[in-house]
Amino acid sequence: MMAATPSSSPPRSGTPQPPDAAETELAVMAVAASTSSPECRQGGEEEEEEEEAAGGVVAAPTLSPECQHGGEEEVTAAVTTAAAMTLPGCRRGAEEDVTAAGWRCRRKHVFVLSEAGKPIYSRHGNEEALAATMGVMMALVSFIQSGGNAIRAICSEDRTLVFEQRGPLLLVSVSRTRQSAAQLRRELAFVHEQILSLLTRGGIARVFARRRGYDLRRLLAGAEAVLDRLLSGAAADGRLLLGAARCLPLPAPLRRAVSGALRRAAAAAVPAPALALLAAGGRLVTAARQRALAEGGQLCASDLHLLLNLLGSGVGAGEVWTPVCLPHFNPDGYFYAYAAALGEEEEEEGGTGGRTSGAVTLILLSTEREGFYAAAGCRRHLEDTLRVQGWLGELAAAVRGGAGYGPSRPGAPELRHFLYKPLEGPEEMQQLPQFTSPELEDPYTSEEEQHRLFDLYHYLHSRVHSPHRPLRLLYHVAEKETLLAWVTSKFELYGCFSPLVTKAGAIGVLTKLLRWLKKEEDWLFIRYPPPYCAAPARPEGAEAEG
Amino acid sequence: MAQEAMPGTFLEGIRPTYIYKVVLLGSTSVGKSSLAYRYVKNDFKESLPTVGCSFFTQTLNLEVATVKFEIWDTAGQEKYHSVCHLYYRGAHAALLVYDIANKETLNRAKLWLRDLEKEFLPDEIVIALVGNKMDLAAEREVATEEGEEFARTKGLLFMETSAKSNHQVNDIFMAIAQELLQRERQKASAPSLHGRSTVDLGESRARTGCC
Repeated sequence: MMAATPSSSPPRSGTPQPPDAAETELAVMAVAASTSSPECRQGGEEEEEEEEAAGGVVAAPTLSPECQHGGEEEVTAAVTTAAAMTLPGCRRGAEEDVTAAGWRCRRKHVFVLSEAGKPIYSRHGNEEALAATMGVMMALVSFIQSGGNAIRAICSEDRTLVFEQRGPLLLVSVSRTRQSAAQLRRELAFVHEQILSLLTRGGIARVFARRRGYDLRRLLAGAEAVLDRLLSGAAADGRLLLGAARCLPLPAPLRRAVSGALRRAAAAAVPAPALALLAAGGRLVTAARQRALAEGGQLCASDLHLLLNLLGSGVGAGEVWTPVCLPHFNPDGYFYAYAAALGEEEEEEGGTGGRTSGAVTLILLSTEREGFYAAAGCRRHLEDTLRVQGWLGELAAAVRGGAGYGPSRPGAPELRHFLYKPLEGPEEMQQLPQFTSPELEDPYTSEEEQHRLFDLYHYLHSRVHSPHRPLRLLYHVAEKETLLAWVTSKFELYGCFSPLVTKAGAIGVLTKLLRWLKKEEDWLFIRYPPPYCAAPARPEGAEAEG
Repeated sequence: MAQEAMPGTFLEGIRPTYIYKVVLLGSTSVGKSSLAYRYVKNDFKESLPTVGCSFFTQTLNLEVATVKFEIWDTAGQEKYHSVCHLYYRGAHAALLVYDIANKETLNRAKLWLRDLEKEFLPDEIVIALVGNKMDLAAEREVATEEGEEFARTKGLLFMETSAKSNHQVNDIFMAIAQELLQRERQKASAPSLHGRSTVDLGESRARTGCC
């Protein structure tokens, strides 16, 4: 099934179309999707037979045969070369390139290319080697465009392809997950915004206005890791799904003390930072904003997420100072971000570091290009305060001692995992969208199982938020677990239970869970993110790039 | 943002303290951050590309003076070039880093040198050319002599280093400290004498170190 803009005639096999054009297009789809050929499936490491009839996925009858019997006889030269380059192993089977098969069977691919069809980013594999494939994608998009239309998505039996055109960039997602096209589109939007956070919209537009065939990788060099982190984080975490920041649970008195110290340190700095954040392992500890920024309304969760993804999970050694754009706040302007670990005496963990590291990162957002020394002074001031009061040690200990909690904590044995996003609370809290979820424990310890769980969450989320028929309560019995989604004006809650739980039982567990969440909200959430006054309030914030 | 060197501000005994701003410049993944990390923490780890700029400090207690280095480790990516002059403004020393296993990075370092020459007078800044990744000597694309020759014609300090195997990392920073102190002495003794050749004690010591 092809979902295209309303006026389009979906080019299915039955639809009347100029024959050669239709043929080309189908072959192109087969290449771009390089989907359902059985050889391909067998070669993969990650098997997944999750396809129940649910979910409104309609098979595209033309796709699989096309891929199997290489139907490229009547295809244009460009497409043939592309096919030859991208599908050698899969077709011949004999000398099957293992890496290539593995590549094709990835759960999800994300590609970014320029309007000229130049590769910019690929989640898996070298984008250079994928130049031909990306050329085909661009060809597909321009072909549909030439008919005064726009391609949005292709849904095949086991894959969803989503196309998102954003300014001079084309983003494509090829997914075997159960995310809906809308969810994949949001994810692509995030990728786009992360690119903007580094280059700004104006910056990208300028570059392409000067030279249409510009190789944007020159400017994005080094950013692949940031995009990889964004996408791998999205695979087993609720932040993108719920559009909220994940909070680090912390005893309320400690959080209050640290928040106060952060607010005072930020307000005392000259120039005062627009925003001050403390994060550990990508989770938010507390946040303080200049009143001007706070009164400007919500701190957009996606901007916050981009910032945390860029700087929040340990930035290596030293103090970082970098221009950064918050695309929802102002897609054309730069802030200057300062990031440093608090309390340098953290022991070296060696190895990958990453999420187990006990380091708390301070992020300050300044509007001043030259604000580095002010920001560094602010850090020292905060560090001294926290150290003198002994809070720095407490904080580090809380982070290191696994600041999360297990799914058994709420005291309901049937509960395996949940995602909870409060939609009400003090006004300050609403301005900083947050969610909480327990650590992933058995049986969700392997990456495969985690992906499966989040596939289910994505599926529930898409059903509950379906634009055609939104639901308030959804009880879903899956193969290995039972899930319940519950959305009210006060919260959004997704629970995952052992498979034997009954509907009444599940609702009972969630009621119990809600009571627990209410009781622990001061521990789980940043209830009162403090705003602070700064002498010269600057509502416009970001200064335009010079 | 520039910090002036403050001769004799804090007298510890009779040793003056100097604060020097040092910038690390060069292409992506030539090992700038690794050099800084090795020098400051005496450790090596594979790191992700630097975002923007990282700032380190390191204090050296020398016989004649205490030197505090403020090290600005810049990201090599092009997207940060527009902001790079922010980082090197007011610098007292610059390390132009290239990868001995990648010829292109030396050419890039030469371009950086041109940028610096536009911004600074020759006696305003000490510049060192650093061929990093000596541990990859087997894949060497740039001969030692080539780097040496270029450094000599431009009057730069020169050294080949390895942040990974900790080869001459301390030495290059020490050579810079010596050179800066030497200039400080010259300034003190003959304030009118400007534009002197930079070939002197510090440099010759640096050179002999790598052979």
